[in-house]
Amino acid sequence: MTVQSRRQFLATGAGLVIGLALPMKGRAQSGAAAVMTRDGLPAGTFSPNAFVRIAPDNTVTVMIKHIEFGQGPFTGLSTLVAEELDASWDQMRAESAPANDELYANLFFGLQATGGSTAMANSYTQMRQAGAAARAMLVAAAAEKWDVPAGEIKVEDGVISHADSGQSSSFGDLAEAAAQQSVPVEPALKNPSEFKLIGTDRPKLDTVSKTDGTAMFTMDVYREGMQTVVVRHPDVLGATVASFDDTEALKVKGVEAVRQIPQGIAVYATSTAAALKGRSLLAVEWDTSEAETRSTAQIYEDFSAAATRDGGVVVEETGDSGAAIDGAETVHEVEFRFPYLAHAPMEPLDVVLERKGGNVEMWMGAQFPGVDKGAVAQTLGVEGGDITLNVMLAGGSFGRRAQTTGHIGHEIAEIAKAAGGDGAWKLVWTREDDLMGGYYRPLTVHKMRAGLDADGNIVGWENTVANQSIMLDTFFDDGKSEGKDPTSYEGSTKMPYDLPAMRVNWVRQKSPLPILWWRSVGHTHTGYATEVFLDELLEKAGKDPVQGRLELMKSEAGRDRAVLEKVAEIAGWDGERVKGDRAYGVAVHESFSTYVAQIAEVSDVGGFPKVHKVWVAVDCGVAVNPNVIRAQIEGGVGYGLGSVLFNDLTLLDGGVVAQKNFDTYRMLRIHEMPEVEVAIINSVADPTGVGEPGTPPIGPAVANAWRALTGQAVHHLPFQTAGA
Amino acid sequence: MTNFTINGKDVTVDVEDDTPLLWVVRDELRLTGSKFGCGVAQCGACTMMVDGMPRRTCVTPVGSVDGASIETIEGLGGREAEAVTAAWQGLDVPQCGWCQSGQIVSATALLREVPKPTDADIDAAMAGNICRCATYVRIRQAIHDAADSMEG
Repeated sequence: MTVQSRRQFLATGAGLVIGLALPMKGRAQSGAAAVMTRDGLPAGTFSPNAFVRIAPDNTVTVMIKHIEFGQGPFTGLSTLVAEELDASWDQMRAESAPANDELYANLFFGLQATGGSTAMANSYTQMRQAGAAARAMLVAAAAEKWDVPAGEIKVEDGVISHADSGQSSSFGDLAEAAAQQSVPVEPALKNPSEFKLIGTDRPKLDTVSKTDGTAMFTMDVYREGMQTVVVRHPDVLGATVASFDDTEALKVKGVEAVRQIPQGIAVYATSTAAALKGRSLLAVEWDTSEAETRSTAQIYEDFSAAATRDGGVVVEETGDSGAAIDGAETVHEVEFRFPYLAHAPMEPLDVVLERKGGNVEMWMGAQFPGVDKGAVAQTLGVEGGDITLNVMLAGGSFGRRAQTTGHIGHEIAEIAKAAGGDGAWKLVWTREDDLMGGYYRPLTVHKMRAGLDADGNIVGWENTVANQSIMLDTFFDDGKSEGKDPTSYEGSTKMPYDLPAMRVNWVRQKSPLPILWWRSVGHTHTGYATEVFLDELLEKAGKDPVQGRLELMKSEAGRDRAVLEKVAEIAGWDGERVKGDRAYGVAVHESFSTYVAQIAEVSDVGGFPKVHKVWVAVDCGVAVNPNVIRAQIEGGVGYGLGSVLFNDLTLLDGGVVAQKNFDTYRMLRIHEMPEVEVAIINSVADPTGVGEPGTPPIGPAVANAWRALTGQAVHHLPFQTAGA
Repeated sequence: MTNFTINGKDVTVDVEDDTPLLWVVRDELRLTGSKFGCGVAQCGACTMMVDGMPRRTCVTPVGSVDGASIETIEGLGGREAEAVTAAWQGLDVPQCGWCQSGQIVSATALLREVPKPTDADIDAAMAGNICRCATYVRIRQAIHDAADSMEG
């Protein structure tokens, strides 16, 4: 164990606390220079690192560097700390860490960021070390106070004790003394066989506040003299204001100003209701010369025409798939079409900004808080260091708050700039702003082609993917991309199946319509295209969907194999795809290093699928919080199911978005939610995420069941549009 | 001027009669547990109890509740509400949490009318409350658990 003197850090004059360098297997960078002040903490609070605070009242608060929007980091990351600290779960609390790209970096990305289902994976060692360091310092303090060897001291369930002397203490009573101890840099961690909290269920730390109305979200923030602002955004994405008339809007009681900003026309009011009424009375003419004015139908035709075998860039190739398919006994070709989708989190986008002199404070549910801070700094011409961003709980996101362009930061900053001077503003997007505002799951075309030999073996497999790029030309583009954006086609490559010849190419498409990652990103469409296409090939070959997949799996695909075998076991799979009026469909898909297999039970109710039950097997490594894993899988299934059944964010002729609210953009409701049974594979592998991986397999599982039941293959989502 | 009671307290608000009750409760009374989700009575996040009945307050003009008794998540009381809240906590129903105030108010209203609801009763009573995290499996189970807990 390396020990670093606390004095070094005190000498910097920062007040407290420490720098814990926590290397993460050579991945990205650590939280390195962890320095924070003690401002606002109760006297005697022990804060051994940027993540853990132990107060004299014996509470242990974990600063959570990832935004909590339902996926569970408050509970999950606190579990890691509590485990190594040997704390009692009752004393654990969680708080959002403020925006700080150095202290609170995602170790996979090098900046503070929540995305790619990485919260648990990148924090696993870091948070355990944070807890272990605090434990070691408490033990050292106890040893000093009781004058006993540290090695004889036990910590269990929040109690520090020494058997021979009969001494014992709570954490809180030793907090102040612990703060005087040296900070271990690489404290020893438990062997997984010693885990007590990890792997067991316990109450989530954010549940109570989310059942009594006290949980604080961005929209719940009110500041002295704050104005609520709504913006009239264009109906056509990429349009700009040509002219506007605010005469009627300004007559509304409570409307205090109307200003043009680059994003549209901002209405400033003393209340949300007044702002909304004022906005409804604006007359705006739009300039659509730079806008996306194509209809969805036209975009599909354009993308489809571009999706040729010779187009774009080859992203994976093994063998000569072209020759293999040309020489095959049977050739199967399918074009899949996937629509634009809105994330539609329950809390629409919002942000509060207060400006006082040179200082700016923000409240926002941000997945990349540093990006949003940067956007504000740039627009307002202030230093990033003069901006405090409080990361708030968010009412869902599903990727919508992971903004590569910081567009909400830019918008609130333009609002503040147009108002001028000091003040506080809350920007509220309505559901219409949300659904019509772009940043959708990319519309995507997959053209797939495969050949079977006389025995039904797949001899060649080809997939041409055409869609827009999420990452190229954004700050995620490090210049080494070689024109490839894996988020456009991830999941269509590196498949678990042993295909003798295969080829995937990606043809990038461009549009002024902004797109973004949507729960499971590329896997939302690649999982569907590959698992439906494969199922059709197995059917043509007369093979069982489960056995056929298992036979095709590479020898190294052990985890894919295990989840497929497990789901077949819990669903009682016997090879019968149809039993009475029910049909069963299978899909298996890995995303973000988590392996998920699903079997869906489907019937035909009036020509439309009714999903009764979904069996799921998941391998996400060490199951830190089984209850959270099950919840995320249930939710991922529901989220994916609603979209494949109902959702198509449609552009009409001229580019106007057809669906403006939940009356036409149909969400899955309780009577459409299937029963979900989840089996979690036992594992000691480092944990991986569960926020997204439950989503990709549900669509193909349902489609494969539906085809078995009705003979109808669904290649153009959603089912509703496909005429199912 | 509109007068009503909210969570047992008499209040008078001086806002336009057509102002949606949701925004009066949030912006004027600063009770922020009730949420905005759609503004067109499609999602149920704004649900409050108005004279004992669940109401989508994003489309309820404040002028229409003059003299009414209103309950929000902050003041929801009685054995059904307590049973529902306990069941919600027992199953860790919430994920993001945004819709859950509305879900709890709707579930409480259901149990006040139907002490032992069937799945079909739950579908009928809860179909107006959207949850994008799709916590529906647990919502359904929590309502059954709450009903069971009140039997004893």
